[in-house]
Amino acid sequence: MQRSNNDIWVGLFVLIGGAALLFLALQSANLLSLNFQKTYAVTARFDNIGGLKPQTAVKSAGVVVGRVESITFDDKNFQAAVTLALQNRYSFPKDSSFKILTSGLLGEQYIGIEAGAEEKTLQAGDVVTDTQSAVVLENLISQFLYSKAAEGSTPPPANANNNNKK
Amino acid sequence: MSWYKPADIGFAVRSKLADLGLGARLFVQLVGQGARSLGRFGLVRDQIHFLGNYSLAIIAVSGLFVGFVLGLQGYYTLQRYGSSEALGLLVALSLVRELGPVVAALLFAGRAGTSLTAEIGLMKAGEQLSAMEMMAVDPVQRILAPRFWAGVITMPLLAAVFSAVGVIGGYVVGVLMLGLDAGAFWGQMQGGVDVWKDVGNGVVKSIVFGVAVTFIALLQGYQAQPTPEGVSRATTRTVVVASLTVLGLDFMLTAMMFSI
Repeated sequence: MQRSNNDIWVGLFVLIGGAALLFLALQSANLLSLNFQKTYAVTARFDNIGGLKPQTAVKSAGVVVGRVESITFDDKNFQAAVTLALQNRYSFPKDSSFKILTSGLLGEQYIGIEAGAEEKTLQAGDVVTDTQSAVVLENLISQFLYSKAAEGSTPPPANANNNNKK
Repeated sequence: MSWYKPADIGFAVRSKLADLGLGARLFVQLVGQGARSLGRFGLVRDQIHFLGNYSLAIIAVSGLFVGFVLGLQGYYTLQRYGSSEALGLLVALSLVRELGPVVAALLFAGRAGTSLTAEIGLMKAGEQLSAMEMMAVDPVQRILAPRFWAGVITMPLLAAVFSAVGVIGGYVVGVLMLGLDAGAFWGQMQGGVDVWKDVGNGVVKSIVFGVAVTFIALLQGYQAQPTPEGVSRATTRTVVVASLTVLGLDFMLTAMMFSI
């Protein structure tokens, strides 16, 4: 094929376009750090996962140490089995506790790991049962109402919560 | 011509159908010529140079200013809810998913689509296309197909440039001007933008827009009345039809991609 002066400009244009795509993929979507780190799978059992979704972060001391891989329901003990992919370079004691936390008041939910004290570390395939479920707002509110109603039993409150008092 | 006589209605429907059929046949021909025109890459290269390189300046400058404006507007709205660190996420998501492909396609229709229509229309008016046919050179293969494939290749690259420059524009306004934390800006963005779901779907969108805009421009030029007035009318129609098609397609593509 014939060479022409346009070759270099078209080549530059294609390179700029490719660089823009690469920039979007690497800088704004963070392709590299997600996929190229080896992980090991640990399963945690929760009574209630609230709004937890796959791909959300697993943090310890606020640092991202892994991702939620999958969430399934276990109909033997009626708990949610959450499979976590933890990065290989971090290891945690066997008695670490897993909590479902919320970032900010109404933010996204994530799993926080609080390290335990044991010598042995979690291995791939381990099951963790020392967990704390997600805070469900409705339960909190009903608890609050119950305690309010119980408090107010001496001077009866004016509202309809009277029938809740002991 | 009147609107109530059956014969006139029949004629109008028949000529519209003929136009549609011509368009569909041209589209099939253009797609069918794909391998051959990409094989003769010299022709496509010259068209990419014309459509892509010369559109780069307007795309980059528009992207920069759209990024600036998104940064400013997003900041003042997010600040009310005390979550101005999410600015990076807002700018990146809206650019990568919507504004990048759509605005780049609208600019591309105005900058490159019109020139394609005018060029082909004038070739037709000057009977150059007929002359080629007389020499047994297929004008669709020699003139239209390279332009079509050049447009299809160029559009995603331009949309990517638009989005990337826009993200940088948002960074300039958010971090350098308004004093957000750079780590939070990029961190929120990287936490919320998915490579395949967001960036990948944006690229798919821009490829579809590239096909639509380039094809409409070529079809309008190819079907233009071979008079100065006809060419000017075809050029106007290119902008109107291509812009409306891009916006309509965008809604449909978004509904398909992000509702599943």
